[in-house]
Amino acid sequence: MLIDCPHCGSRDLAEFSYQGDATRARPDLASTDTKAWLDYVYNRPNPAGRHREFWQHAGGCRAHLVVERDTLTHEILTVAFARDAAGGDAA
Amino acid sequence: MVERASPLGSDFRPGFHGDFAEGTGVTILEAIKGSIVEANAWPGEEKTLTENLSAICRLKLSAAPGSGAANREGTCAFNIGPGRFLLSGQDEALAGDLIAAIDETTGTVTDLSHGRTVFAIEGSQVEWVLAKLFALDFSLSAFPVHTGRATAHHDLFVQIQRRGEKRFELYVFRSFARAFAKTLRRASEDVGYTIR
Repeated sequence: MLIDCPHCGSRDLAEFSYQGDATRARPDLASTDTKAWLDYVYNRPNPAGRHREFWQHAGGCRAHLVVERDTLTHEILTVAFARDAAGGDAA
Repeated sequence: MVERASPLGSDFRPGFHGDFAEGTGVTILEAIKGSIVEANAWPGEEKTLTENLSAICRLKLSAAPGSGAANREGTCAFNIGPGRFLLSGQDEALAGDLIAAIDETTGTVTDLSHGRTVFAIEGSQVEWVLAKLFALDFSLSAFPVHTGRATAHHDLFVQIQRRGEKRFELYVFRSFARAFAKTLRRASEDVGYTIR
């Protein structure tokens, strides 16, 4: 699998580290809603299809990326710098 | 400054090695640098950092991905990430000069002189040898002289700058240098190699 790093270009998957689900929305830090925190910390939708994920080009430019990937085909649909992605870690 | 000892040990001994019956395809040596420095720009300060580094090092640097430059004094630099540069030179004062000159609001400068080992590999078969280790296109058109790439060989991060049509410099963590030297030698065996 190849990922098109916005800085380095197309690179082998081995250079990248998975950093987690990028669709989570962190609850307000003052929130005491335990279900919201449980969902944020532990529960994942695990979709069969398109999914937004954080990756880091750890073996390259070390940039953090938001990658949209199809979990069925492993097709990489979009790649962007995480700092440019709307809402940080929100979808 | 305390004299730096090579981390490569007795295995890295000068001479001809591998299949050198018809000559050697590459020459490998440890490129001794006076300074090795990484400079990082804060977001939005990439242009300022690039201009400052260019002025201090007397280089024509650009912030474009992978771009690089070198001057006649042996100072060279290349882009290794967004707003990130790896610079090196024979001048031991270079690291101190950069640390003093780059304003803390522009970015950070880290002296890596004791933390990296630089291998130079050159020769007619250099692209063939490096292509065994890294999933990169080493052809001159895809990887022009002075440009650089940040990549990895398994878990070992390697920053590579092309210094000539048939010459590359590879920056690796000093603690991995001896192991990487073995890897480099092993990859060069079929073409024969000279260690200088």
